[in-house]
Amino acid sequence: MSALEFLLAGTLAAALPLLLAALGEMVVEKTGLLNLGLEGMMAIGAAIAFICVYHTDAHSLGFLAAALVSAVLALIFAALVIVVQANQVAAGLAVGVLGLGLSALFGKSYESQTISGLEEIGLPVLSQIPVVGPTLLTQDIVVWLTLLGTVGLWYMLNKTKLGLIITAVGESAEAARAIGYPVGLIRTIAVAFGGAMCGLAGAYASTVYTPLWADGMIAGRGWIALALVVFGTWRTGRVVFGAILFGVLSLGELTAQAIGVAIPSQVLASLPYIVTILMLVAISRHQTRVG
Amino acid sequence: MTQPALLTLAGVSKRYGKVQANKAIDLEVRSGSIHAVLGENGAGKSTLMKLIYGVERPDEGVIMWNGAPVAFNRPSDAQALGIGMVFQHFSLFETLNVVQNVSLMIPGRPQELAQKIKDLGEKFGLSVDPGAMVHTLSVGERQRVEIIRCLLLDPKLLILDEPTSVLPPQSVQLLFETLRKLQAAGTAILFISHKLEEIRALCDEATVLRGGAVTGRVDPRANDARALAQMMIGRDMPQVDAARANQPGDLRLQLKDLSHPRVSRFGTTLTDINLDLRAGQIVGIAGISGNGQQELAALISGETRAQAKDMVQIMGRGVGLLDAQQRRQLGFSFVPEERLGRGAIPEMSLADNSLLTAHRQDMLKGGFIKRQVERAFTRRCIEEFDVRTPGPDAEAGAMSGGNLQKFILGREIMLQPDVMLVSQPTWGVDIGAATAIRRRLIDMRAEGAAILVISEELEELFEICDSLHVLHEGHLSKPLVVSETTAEEVGAYMIGATV
Repeated sequence: MSALEFLLAGTLAAALPLLLAALGEMVVEKTGLLNLGLEGMMAIGAAIAFICVYHTDAHSLGFLAAALVSAVLALIFAALVIVVQANQVAAGLAVGVLGLGLSALFGKSYESQTISGLEEIGLPVLSQIPVVGPTLLTQDIVVWLTLLGTVGLWYMLNKTKLGLIITAVGESAEAARAIGYPVGLIRTIAVAFGGAMCGLAGAYASTVYTPLWADGMIAGRGWIALALVVFGTWRTGRVVFGAILFGVLSLGELTAQAIGVAIPSQVLASLPYIVTILMLVAISRHQTRVG
Repeated sequence: MTQPALLTLAGVSKRYGKVQANKAIDLEVRSGSIHAVLGENGAGKSTLMKLIYGVERPDEGVIMWNGAPVAFNRPSDAQALGIGMVFQHFSLFETLNVVQNVSLMIPGRPQELAQKIKDLGEKFGLSVDPGAMVHTLSVGERQRVEIIRCLLLDPKLLILDEPTSVLPPQSVQLLFETLRKLQAAGTAILFISHKLEEIRALCDEATVLRGGAVTGRVDPRANDARALAQMMIGRDMPQVDAARANQPGDLRLQLKDLSHPRVSRFGTTLTDINLDLRAGQIVGIAGISGNGQQELAALISGETRAQAKDMVQIMGRGVGLLDAQQRRQLGFSFVPEERLGRGAIPEMSLADNSLLTAHRQDMLKGGFIKRQVERAFTRRCIEEFDVRTPGPDAEAGAMSGGNLQKFILGREIMLQPDVMLVSQPTWGVDIGAATAIRRRLIDMRAEGAAILVISEELEELFEICDSLHVLHEGHLSKPLVVSETTAEEVGAYMIGATV
């Protein structure tokens, strides 16, 4: 497999955990909150999904359980921030640490165990196209569903009343309250949604992308997802673009190593972060109306 | 009375911490009545409206709708019964456009809503572009959106909080006609205001509030403004001593063929603006917000650079290309329309807010702040301008609009400027404070300062100005000498009827 084919085949899968988590967080931030616990929510989702799949061999069950558990963790954040009115940064970090700790605890006896991943599905007809067909257009079911869901989310946020309400709540909670919207409830639902998305992201990472359990396997992807939301300036399309870019970059490191390019791996590994900074600078230079 | 009133309040009280905002208020509003709630800022009007609209819950007392007790947990409960409210501090979303804002309250497809907005706008003289983003709209335009949004709900009880303060005389008449039409259709209207003549012209009942309690329940048509004022402020109406000015002196501010293209699609292009402001003069700029006031103020203050140096001249110098700080050094000072964010920084103490523009008053030494001087200056401002606050350490954002305005204006006056630009000086300020502010401006004129006042309140301009111009769609009218013009003539310029 050439490096190009390797990239085409792997980018979407590599981008998926980032994309799911970032889209969830984007909705949370659109309602005016900031949940910094992504890393922990992804980790607990990853652990729960792995355990489920390990025992039942049903990926759907794993994804469902991960979404539920991470949503519950997110609801703790919601309770702290919305009901008790605690500081968002502290609450988010606390929930994140809790998630990381719980994932380590639950996953302890599964360390280094493996499970089977998901088979890849080629798009009918299109997957016959040379080069692109068997690589880019042959992905597992979660990738296809996520792409569909992303379009759905974009439509919801930009074309429906619900999206308008979310934007309104995020812009001025007071005004939204004044004209009769239950701001706390809307935010709680958004936070739960964000948590569930992180759960799915974690589940994908631990049961499909690398179907193996290792403590700390999320490895900072929660934080990258968080940065992606800013990078994407709270717009679905740009978040997708950012996630794919990071997917490419994370694989680029492996590709370069595989074909033996003499660039130190540390340099390649730091590429995603350098690119983040450069992109953020570029965006803020052309800032029209961010946030 | 044969049937119960539409809305009845019995013994309603509300307390915030140590402040008793409402004390045992009784109020009855009947269908088909325009009921005035009269009171100064801080008299408890806004709190009372929040209770009626379900934003807050009363500590004591009962609210009854058609005679049956109701408990509103949230505004949607009140809306469900048919209570609509036009807020004083608008509840609009700035990053959304007008139609989107409306659609958050009114069901319907965007195209239909846009049409309804246009229709209502034409019918009631509340024209606004349905596709415009709210953050590009002026304060006056935003209020129109609020009113339209409420009218679209077809409410049984409509609450209007100081609705006329931003309208030109003709539009006030149109609004009153609207309200009378609604009244004739059986809608009850709660009209909150401190404009006595308006209340006497429009309302058939009035409840007067002072210090959170009811001080009078009268038929405003049967009382003169003086009697109402006395109930409202507990003493005689303060008068501004309109002692006419001294002979105008040297030219302090001159706008010479000032033209400036609009920045955004919803901005206003300014065209060939000419204006002379001399020492010992107060010149007013009347007109409805959104006709270029913001752009003009920014060009004069230096927030926006003009296209040529001589388009804006201060003290005889072309300053069009200088920044705000450099213009201040020439003896210019500026009180902007937005108090929070431009006039003052909400998160900072009053003392630190003083520093922002008064740092040249010996407040700095080698880059360090002389806290003593800063505090002394702030304390003097608080005393001299009757700012009601615990002290220089109070946060600007925690103060009421009127109090903060007194502080900002005081701070700028204490700089003893040669030329001052004041935008909407008494927006949302109670009568007592507004009178004090106007009196201050007149005192400054007597001392030889040159003052340019941009205001939507025509009465105010007539009270204090020597001459005034009208800004309409980016064109400035010729100067009208106040003693020789009428509200009707100015109003005609405001809507572009006179060229």
